Amino acid sequence: MIRCRLPVFSILLAAVAAMIGFGGPAQSMETRSWAEIVQDATGQTVYWNAWGGDERINSYIAWVGEQVKERYSVTVRHVKLADTADAVSRVLAERAAGKKEGGSVDLIWINGENFAAMKHQSLLYGPFTEMLPNFALVDFQDKPSTLVDFTVPTDGYEAPWGMAKLNFIYDSARVANPPVSIAELLAWARANPGRFTYPTPPDFLGTTFLKQVLIELAPNPAFLQGAVENDAQVEQMARPLWEYLDALHPYLWRSGETFPASGPAQRQLLDDGEIDITLSFYPSEASSAIANGLLPATARTFVLDKGTIGNTHFVAIPFNATAVEGALVVANFVMGAEAQAAKQNSEVWGDDTVLAMSKLKPEERKLFADLPQAAATLAPDDLGPTLLEPHPSWMTRIEADWQRRYAR
Amino acid sequence: MSVIDVSREHGLILSRVEISRAAGPHGGRRILGPVSLTVPPGEVVTVMGPSGCGKSSLLALICGTLAPALTGSGRILLNGEDISPRPPEQRHIGILFQDDLLFPHLSVAGNLAFGLPRGLRGRRARRDRIEAALAEADLSAFYDRDPTTLSGGQRARVALLRTLLSEPRALLLDEPFAKLDVALRDRFRSFVFDHARAQGLPTLLVTHDPQDAASAAGPRLQIDAEGRIADGRRTGRDHRPGNIT
Amino acid sequence: MRRRSLLTYLPVITLGAFLAPVGAGLIGTWLPAFGYFPTLGGKSLSLAPWKTLFAQPGLAESLRLTLLSGVLATLAAFLLTVFFLAACHGGRVILAVRGLMAPLIAVPHAAVAFGIAFLIAPSGWLVRLVSPWATGWDLPPDVATVQDSNALALTLALIVKEVPFLILMTLAALEQVRADERLAVARSLGYGPVVAWLKAVLPAVYRQIRLPIYAVLAFSLSVVDMALILAPLSPPPLAVQVLRWFNDPDLTMRFVAAAGATLQLLLVVGAIGLWRLGEVVVARLGCAWIAGGQRGGDGRVTRAISAGLLQALVMLASAGLFVLAMWSVTRRWRYPDALPSALSLDTWSRQASDLLSTGGVTLITGLVAAVIALLLVLGCLENEWRRGLTLSNRALWLLYAPLLVPQVAFLFGTQVLAIQAGIDATWVALVWSHLLFVLPYVFLTLADPYRALDERYARTALCLGAGPARVFWQVKLPMLLRPVLFALAVGFAVSVTQYLPTLFAGGGRFATLTTEAVSLSAGGDRRVMGVYAFLQALLPLLAFVAALALPRLLAGPQAGRRGLQPRTA
Repeated sequence: MIRCRLPVFSILLAAVAAMIGFGGPAQSMETRSWAEIVQDATGQTVYWNAWGGDERINSYIAWVGEQVKERYSVTVRHVKLADTADAVSRVLAERAAGKKEGGSVDLIWINGENFAAMKHQSLLYGPFTEMLPNFALVDFQDKPSTLVDFTVPTDGYEAPWGMAKLNFIYDSARVANPPVSIAELLAWARANPGRFTYPTPPDFLGTTFLKQVLIELAPNPAFLQGAVENDAQVEQMARPLWEYLDALHPYLWRSGETFPASGPAQRQLLDDGEIDITLSFYPSEASSAIANGLLPATARTFVLDKGTIGNTHFVAIPFNATAVEGALVVANFVMGAEAQAAKQNSEVWGDDTVLAMSKLKPEERKLFADLPQAAATLAPDDLGPTLLEPHPSWMTRIEADWQRRYAR
Repeated sequence: MSVIDVSREHGLILSRVEISRAAGPHGGRRILGPVSLTVPPGEVVTVMGPSGCGKSSLLALICGTLAPALTGSGRILLNGEDISPRPPEQRHIGILFQDDLLFPHLSVAGNLAFGLPRGLRGRRARRDRIEAALAEADLSAFYDRDPTTLSGGQRARVALLRTLLSEPRALLLDEPFAKLDVALRDRFRSFVFDHARAQGLPTLLVTHDPQDAASAAGPRLQIDAEGRIADGRRTGRDHRPGNIT
Repeated sequence: MRRRSLLTYLPVITLGAFLAPVGAGLIGTWLPAFGYFPTLGGKSLSLAPWKTLFAQPGLAESLRLTLLSGVLATLAAFLLTVFFLAACHGGRVILAVRGLMAPLIAVPHAAVAFGIAFLIAPSGWLVRLVSPWATGWDLPPDVATVQDSNALALTLALIVKEVPFLILMTLAALEQVRADERLAVARSLGYGPVVAWLKAVLPAVYRQIRLPIYAVLAFSLSVVDMALILAPLSPPPLAVQVLRWFNDPDLTMRFVAAAGATLQLLLVVGAIGLWRLGEVVVARLGCAWIAGGQRGGDGRVTRAISAGLLQALVMLASAGLFVLAMWSVTRRWRYPDALPSALSLDTWSRQASDLLSTGGVTLITGLVAAVIALLLVLGCLENEWRRGLTLSNRALWLLYAPLLVPQVAFLFGTQVLAIQAGIDATWVALVWSHLLFVLPYVFLTLADPYRALDERYARTALCLGAGPARVFWQVKLPMLLRPVLFALAVGFAVSVTQYLPTLFAGGGRFATLTTEAVSLSAGGDRRVMGVYAFLQALLPLLAFVAALALPRLLAGPQAGRRGLQPRTA
């Protein structure tokens, strides 16, 4: 019953997108053939600006570098960012200085608000995704967020790379029956004061938690897919969220007076035994954290029965990138079945694929079928429905209100 | 004899030398002079005066190391040549302070070698020269020693040797005996004066110790607290002491 | 007279190399603060960013946290420094402390913060050591010992980090004001040791350490990395908040961020002004107190307290570092285990390949920046000596500008300048940006010993026939070898810790130990942070060790007989 919401959402999305004048994937402005692009990419060095906070992801990117070096003679340099905004800043500074080509960023790992901002400010190269052979393999049907990023149409300015979905990690040694809805979470927190918290907004996981509560409690969640219309609408839609948080905060870790800095910081709190439940965006994070010695072997994952927020993360190319062809080659490679299967392996990273199994060749499908299944990771069928990200204008308002209400 | 005679070939001659402040709130104020005097080769002229009267500045002016806040005027002639335009290292004027100022990062020999002119070439020759100098001063055993391990008297002698080895054409002494104890002082005094005379150096001694002056046995010049020449010989019609305007 | 050589223009060149980027950076921040930033559509000046800024929720609390932690930390660090040095003057403790302070300065701020956080957290080492057998806490208590609502944990970490700097600066100043003689006179007049120091030495010393204190104040008010670990985050202190605004995906927030950065600068200027006012008041009262003739006691209590506090700080820092090192070889270490339950070298081996390249970049950049800074500083000081000029106070302030102006307030503008000059993302830009912060510290470290060198040595050498160049190379430099090498090590250490400048000027082309540490710390893995923090601390430490050992090695076998102690007094 819940699952039928998805198509409704995507139709709504398409309608919204059509309304603001963004059609489907736009036509590429590139006239060269893919073979020519690959040819031109030879010998280029791609500076890939990507968040560098996770060793596993860093090793995966290093692996990608080895592969494209071998196959296309393209060198990948991972510029490890503490915050994607650093790369946005750099592109912005380059444009402020009038540097229209020869920029220092070739490829950015991006999604959501950062993408919306860069696209809006015309800081991106493209549209380019139609040029990439592997783009055709993407599952647009069941994964609409590969085309619409936080309600903003990608319009070919970013290539889908992986699927993220909000989930919760708990220590089964201390929590027998984890809550399975937002309402139950409140009851659980009341019964276990000080054992739950969420990262401080504007950290994206903290914000995602707010969105999750908002979507689950809002009187008319469909409105969340469109831009905010007026203050009264925000007031009406968000009132249940604030009532919920008002009730929840006294029972949070540190009585809700301070919050962990980020998702990883909260995971550390779980491992330290300061709390019992943490949040994550990668369904296999618990498994890989256990394998990596970052969580106890008793850590397990749960999701909420009405579904949790999911989104897609992408790679995009700045308007003034130096190694455009090389960046295209890398974007295409990481979208391919081999790289996607390697990425989905929870022993490597555990990030879900953006591809449609039905579009793959049998031997490619086998790559995915053969992936090991870890105890702490839910099977794809158990992950529950995916809720779509609300329109960014909602979060701007919600984040500001959160600061006003809870950031003393 | 410290009688002004510019035409004399040899010796150190100061002619109407004045020192004043270069700039600042007291700009242009004269702090010493005018002084005119002649130091013939092998003679020791003593300048006496209370501290702060500008004695040390006078020596700095002759050396060419006057503090930039001060300016000097007048002529300084060494063996008939005006050395004022020259940088200090080309004036060939040796100076000794009350501290020995041996370079702590060099050995005794290293200090002496520092003073030895570049013109003396060859390792062997330089070494011989230094060893000879040390032997002559009864310091042979100290060739390789760290100067900080020497006694005060030994250090003072090394300092003089270093200056003499640099082959100066005149010697300036800025209270070089003040820090030595009494017994040592007499010996070192005669050590210095003997060497200066033996090498025929015009020597200018600045001190406030009358004993030094007595032992130097040369002409004396007294400077008062305002930098005027208060006492001493009249040095010619144009060089009346104290004619400050 | 002497001809005007390159040396003559060096001070101007140095100040120019410095001030151009800072000035351009400030302008590049002030314009957007008033709504002008054509790239984002801001084409006219307006006060809108300021209105938005002041409407931001939590701004007042951010300001309170910033002022509280910044001023409190500076005041406490200053008082501890003064009373410790007053009570222990001439004692053997001072020698021991002096040896300890340099390594402590070398340890990066984030590492100190991280170490302290892990020590004092409710699930931290101190609690683990006594739990649950003594405390009964099977689970860590829910008490905010870090990220507390008054930012006291941050204040503590700032004190730990700033006291070593102030102590070293004050010790250097003490030599200059001939503190021993002053103390001897005061003691002979019947004053107790502490009161004698406060009345006869402090007034002279304070003049010398005023700028370092302002630098400490400015730093404490604008610190970001330590605040992220130890301060409350909802809302965070202003500097963190400004960075958040700069990083906001909504690019129009950059106008607010620019206004916030300007506010941050005003805050620093205001706090320094306030401190200056405090100086005047204390000086007034102090004069009366000095004239009052109170002799004071034997200072035993002050000595016990201040030395005890200092020991506690040193122990806190070293325990934090020890814990870091332990984490780097840990596989599992859960609450309430007092020690790791499983050890492994995995983290080291996994990082090994990156460590070589990042370590290399860090090393070379640091050395080059430190050497250039040293050459510039030596050139300026030598020029000052030859021409008999001393840098006026105003020029000193200029030299300090990069330390006093919060980094977020000018680095973006500097980045735009570098791109326009076509040197962004190059090694030149990287070294230059490091120089901005390295040079003031090198100057600070070297200026006093250089000026204090008895100039009669140089005069004697000149009269022995050595030219100024030979005097510089063969007399002054060897005599100042120790302070010169020490300044080099300080400069290197400063370069190693630079994060934002590396990020902004390096264009992502240069990964140093610090950028790696910061980006990896976003992932929150204590073991990885342990490895990097350890290495971040290790490189500067090696530099300090080399600075101490090199003079001895250079002196060769004669070192024993021919001590290389430069006499700088």
